[in-house]
Amino acid sequence: MEHYLGTIIAGTLAGTVARMVMLRLDYRQYPGYPHGYLSHLSLGFIASALGAVAIPAILKPDYTAVTFLALAASQFREIRGIERKTLEHLDENELVKRGSDYIEGIARTFEARNYLAMACALLTGIAYELGRAPAAIIMALLSIIFVRTFMAGETIGDICEVVPAKLWFKDSILMVENIGFINIGLKEIREKITAEGLAVLITPKNADARATIHDLGQRQAMAHTVTVLLGTKKDVDLPEFTPLARIDPDSGAVGLYAVPVERDIDALILAVKRTPVLESARSRPLKTQAGRMAAR
Amino acid sequence: MTDRILAVVTLNMDIVAGGAPIFFARNQEEQVKMARYLARTLDAMVHDLENGVYIIVKH
Repeated sequence: MEHYLGTIIAGTLAGTVARMVMLRLDYRQYPGYPHGYLSHLSLGFIASALGAVAIPAILKPDYTAVTFLALAASQFREIRGIERKTLEHLDENELVKRGSDYIEGIARTFEARNYLAMACALLTGIAYELGRAPAAIIMALLSIIFVRTFMAGETIGDICEVVPAKLWFKDSILMVENIGFINIGLKEIREKITAEGLAVLITPKNADARATIHDLGQRQAMAHTVTVLLGTKKDVDLPEFTPLARIDPDSGAVGLYAVPVERDIDALILAVKRTPVLESARSRPLKTQAGRMAAR
Repeated sequence: MTDRILAVVTLNMDIVAGGAPIFFARNQEEQVKMARYLARTLDAMVHDLENGVYIIVKH
């Protein structure tokens, strides 16, 4: 009986640590408010405890006890709903919105991370049963490394080249290289944009990447990330400085324009590169025959 | 509610008509000033149609 306690403690500990590691990874996606941290850590702890208890329940044997894992699943789905609602409310007052795609991505990630913590706890529990502490430690380390490396997700920098681009005006049309962005009517605003604006050109590495960055939600996510990291001169009565991302219909590249508070092109490039690829935006046309034919 | 023309500021009354409020400016300086004030008041953007007409659009 006593070694079950060891199983549960080992599993719970591994799962909670895994959740902590994953929390560190998403500091960019979500403001790291202490209360946010606390609630996610507590949920991770509960998920881990549930995962860890499953093994002793099976061994006892008390098979019906495993059904509480299903209960946990519905609980975590609810977390996704809560997370989504919170972020949507916060988004209403954002100058540059995250967009519903980004919010959905974050909410889904939070849900999935609880499952990962649970799986981590479960695996560590099994390892403890089979090989006691040494096996449990190895399994815990392996699963934490796994969630850290494989669940980190792609970023724009992985699938696209990001280079500085020329920002200029064709009469009153704001241009990035040869992509027309928007008509700016007032001369003083045009002069300010020329002096203080920055632009980059995001060139996809293949057809999959092109489909991904053409997604409106993905473009909004890039604009949002740039605003969070570099600031923006936009205000409610200055909509001209809204960061925008537009596609070049001929080449498939995407131009991004912003008027940041910190005018640093390297920082802008890094901010764009670090934007996560959204799950909802990710497409794989190259996995299909038609997509491969089109890409030739 | 997005992408609506809230006002039109023109130098030439002959080429404008329609549903949005139309403001007549006597010269370009006045036109720019009116467009700027309207845009800032309405939290909107000024677009130049490059024929002597500015439109104020809420995006």
